[in-house]
Amino acid sequence: MSWPEREPTEGTPLKGHERPLRTLHGQAMENLRFIRETMERSASFTAVPGKGSVLIGVTALVAAIWAGRMDGREGGAGGWPGWLVVWSWELPLALAIGGIAMKRKARATSLKLLSGPGRKFTLSLAPPLLAGAILSLALTRAGQAEVLPGLWLLLYGAGVVTGGSFSVRVVPMMGMAFMGLGALALFAPGSWGNLLMALGFGGLHIGFGWVIARRYGG
Amino acid sequence: MASRAQMEQTTVPTVEPPRPERPRGAARRAVETAPQLDSLIHERIRLGIVSALAVNETLTFTELRELLKTTDGNISVHARRLEEAGYLDCTKAFEGRVPRTRYRLSVTGRQALERYLDHMEALIQAARLR
Repeated sequence: MSWPEREPTEGTPLKGHERPLRTLHGQAMENLRFIRETMERSASFTAVPGKGSVLIGVTALVAAIWAGRMDGREGGAGGWPGWLVVWSWELPLALAIGGIAMKRKARATSLKLLSGPGRKFTLSLAPPLLAGAILSLALTRAGQAEVLPGLWLLLYGAGVVTGGSFSVRVVPMMGMAFMGLGALALFAPGSWGNLLMALGFGGLHIGFGWVIARRYGG
Repeated sequence: MASRAQMEQTTVPTVEPPRPERPRGAARRAVETAPQLDSLIHERIRLGIVSALAVNETLTFTELRELLKTTDGNISVHARRLEEAGYLDCTKAFEGRVPRTRYRLSVTGRQALERYLDHMEALIQAARLR
């Protein structure tokens, strides 16, 4: 059994790091790595689902309207402000929509290999989201809930910038826009919080999602 | 008197190396069929062209050349081979006054890449089972 011969007349001569490895499985791993790197370098694929982002944006706008109506009221047994309870329901809904849309997009490309960029994006997004959840609990207990809109926008934006650093340019740009809105929300009057979240989680998701869906599919 | 060859035969002990456990199922088939790998895709530049087009709807000749950091001649030769095999669709048009050659991965090409990926993954699996 031998590895198929390369065609000496057509291919570029192999460089040092491309020399055939001694084992079949070593060469197979090298080939898979090359395929993945080529796909990532071609920079027109993003695991971020465009249509999913638009749908997340729509649910966020509904949440913002609902939260606006709850302003000043308590929303649950814990004595949390009503707007906070509404947005706390929006988070798992958005995560579920994003997860399903990402999976559908990866399946549509019919390549198992594409689970790589998606996994990388998810793993980069998860730590800031987890930090945001823990800080939310701590700040709510300390009676500082009005800083949460800014904190959420900022941390979500940071996660998208990090996760999208190997993706198409539009993804980190979306993250930067979230971070900008988050910074604004942290220093703006507390009453702007819901509006800025509507602009961010609603408007930015819809706008950038539409661009992603049109240019990069899914 | 025994010849040198006969002496070597009698004096040198022949120790058979332990046989590795044979991988099973698809993994074993992947190892056995490694020599029949799709040589069209296996070549490095052609593999790069097919991989890039798998995640882009279309790419131009220039984009492929820059992406794979190779020469016009290489892209031209390899893309033609893939086109002849029905793996790529090629369209030539003018954008303004500039001629543009655009490539798209065909269904056959995508299936070939999937088969190749399955083969690679099975080879790795086979090595792990040993």
